[in-house]
Amino acid sequence: MLVFFSTLIFLPYQTSLKLAIYKFWNLEFKKLKKYTSSLNLFFIHTTIIILKTFVTKKSYCRLLLYNLQKESELENILTLNNLTKNFGTLTAVKNLSFTIKKGNVYGILGPNGSGKSTTLGIVLNVVNSSSGDFTWFDGNTSTHEALKKVGAIIERPNFYPYMTAAQNLKLVCQIKEVSSEKIDEKLEIVGLLDRKDSKFRTFSLGMKQRLAIASALLNDPEILILDEPTNGLDPQGIHQIRKIIQKIAAQGTTILLASHLLDEVEKVCSHVVIIRKGVKLYAGPVDEMNASYGFFELKSNQKSALIKWLSQQKEIKNYKEENEIVTAFLAHELDAEDLSRQLFKEGIVLTHLVKRKESLEEQFLQLTDKQ
Amino acid sequence: MLRLLNIEFQKLKHNKASKVIIITYFVLITFIALIASIEFNFAGIKFRIADQGIFNFPYIWHFTTYIASWAKLFLAIVIVSMMANEYSHRTLKQNLIDGLSKKEFIASKFLTVGVFALISTIFLGIISMILGINFSDYNEVSIIFTDIEYLLAYLIKLVGFFAFCMFLGILVKRSAFALGFLFIWWVLENIIFGLLKFKLFKGTQVAESIVQFFPLESMSNLISEPFTRLNFIQSAANQLGEQFQKDYAVHWYELLIVLTWTAIFIYLSYALLKKRDL
Repeated sequence: MLVFFSTLIFLPYQTSLKLAIYKFWNLEFKKLKKYTSSLNLFFIHTTIIILKTFVTKKSYCRLLLYNLQKESELENILTLNNLTKNFGTLTAVKNLSFTIKKGNVYGILGPNGSGKSTTLGIVLNVVNSSSGDFTWFDGNTSTHEALKKVGAIIERPNFYPYMTAAQNLKLVCQIKEVSSEKIDEKLEIVGLLDRKDSKFRTFSLGMKQRLAIASALLNDPEILILDEPTNGLDPQGIHQIRKIIQKIAAQGTTILLASHLLDEVEKVCSHVVIIRKGVKLYAGPVDEMNASYGFFELKSNQKSALIKWLSQQKEIKNYKEENEIVTAFLAHELDAEDLSRQLFKEGIVLTHLVKRKESLEEQFLQLTDKQ
Repeated sequence: MLRLLNIEFQKLKHNKASKVIIITYFVLITFIALIASIEFNFAGIKFRIADQGIFNFPYIWHFTTYIASWAKLFLAIVIVSMMANEYSHRTLKQNLIDGLSKKEFIASKFLTVGVFALISTIFLGIISMILGINFSDYNEVSIIFTDIEYLLAYLIKLVGFFAFCMFLGILVKRSAFALGFLFIWWVLENIIFGLLKFKLFKGTQVAESIVQFFPLESMSNLISEPFTRLNFIQSAANQLGEQFQKDYAVHWYELLIVLTWTAIFIYLSYALLKKRDL
């Protein structure tokens, strides 16, 4: 994105030749970003060299270099490369590749049994992959060293039942090699400070889950991985956990949240990875998931005239009637004011007009149905 | 290394059952000293075990290490459960996620096992020393330190046995079943020995030379039974026209066999852990 903006900044000053270079470069860059980070960096460097020869004005060059550096500094926290996992004849994860960048909140979506937990298990060193590989932090550290900078909870909280909350957290501190000063602070965040000396086995599921979150936060992680954090909780518990997640996300921590609960993901995530039967269907920002311009919900007393008009418009992809409401899906950008004005010109008066984007649920269902 | 030990110590420290068994284990070892006070009247003759030469240097090293090694079964329970509990509480998974590598996990367990064995050996060494100094007929320094290799054998024996328990704990994942498996293994070794000795190689020493390579047998071979070495037993046997001709010494190749098994068990534990999906 930064690269794109930098191109925009230059635009007024560009000669046609330079513009062509930038356009080409931007396109290539976007394409190449999909591949490995090393290739990415290699391309950045070659681009710098090319631009140095073509772009004469040094200030542009400097600004560009700055932006390029920033782009490459936006480090990859986790990169998956054609990860595959077979359980006997069943393929739980198939050729999965995606990248987690710092600062974003990611959701992994997929129906039950789609391979979400297996994928997380692989990157968390508890499940062996059948083929493919993954790297933490651009491959600068071994997996278990990297995991010390990660906070993760998987499916259900696992602690020593005979130890108290504080004792369990102290053990985690020892494993992660961080000081145990923060135990009280983290217990406070999840609201368990008053129960710190109770044995883990006396906790309710919601409290166990909150303790797991506290434990995942102990090292102030670079990335927080949560696998179905609200599974099996009552509404209050779900609400509490969500509040905590939102609080953490607001602090700028990278989060990877696996869930089949779409509204949960929609509320906190900026990016999604959608998996079905171990195959990636989509990975990218939430709002670019479907190339969709949204839809209108319309109501009018002249329904037949409305439908007739809608069917003639090239902006309208298709429409459907449900009760009294006509839903018109857009093929091109069209804002509500324009539509209203045009319809009024045709003598069709609306009693109800709402423009909406598809919810994540609708987009998700569209995407999973398509395949 | 200290960190790994600390982690394991933290896990054991708060486990009541383990604590009780560990304390019982050490108390049991101390009870060897109680043998000294056993007295009984036999047809009017006052008979005191401590006076029969069992606490004589250097024999005492052999005697106490042999007796104390029975108590290792108690620690076996602790070790098996400390492995199997990591599976049943699913904390192994959490440990790995928290950033402990599989190698470190095995290392922390084995170090703990090693520390157990070392502490037992030192503890037993001290107790034997005290008993010996009090009851032994010979107190020359050169005699005291003869046959001290029994302590080394004891240490290796414990390490080997605990490594075996560790492996079983990981293999079976349930403490009760792992202990059952340990018993079954022991029975199996004996059945195989019986078959070899009395069916296949009747009347030869071939069976012994094969069986000495079995894990449990090799461990028990390290310290052979000390009773027939006692003067009063030998003289009793002589009167019955029986002669014991037995090699009681600790041999380097016996140590080597057990150490090899220890290495194999640690490697197998690691390989198993590495291969398994949790």
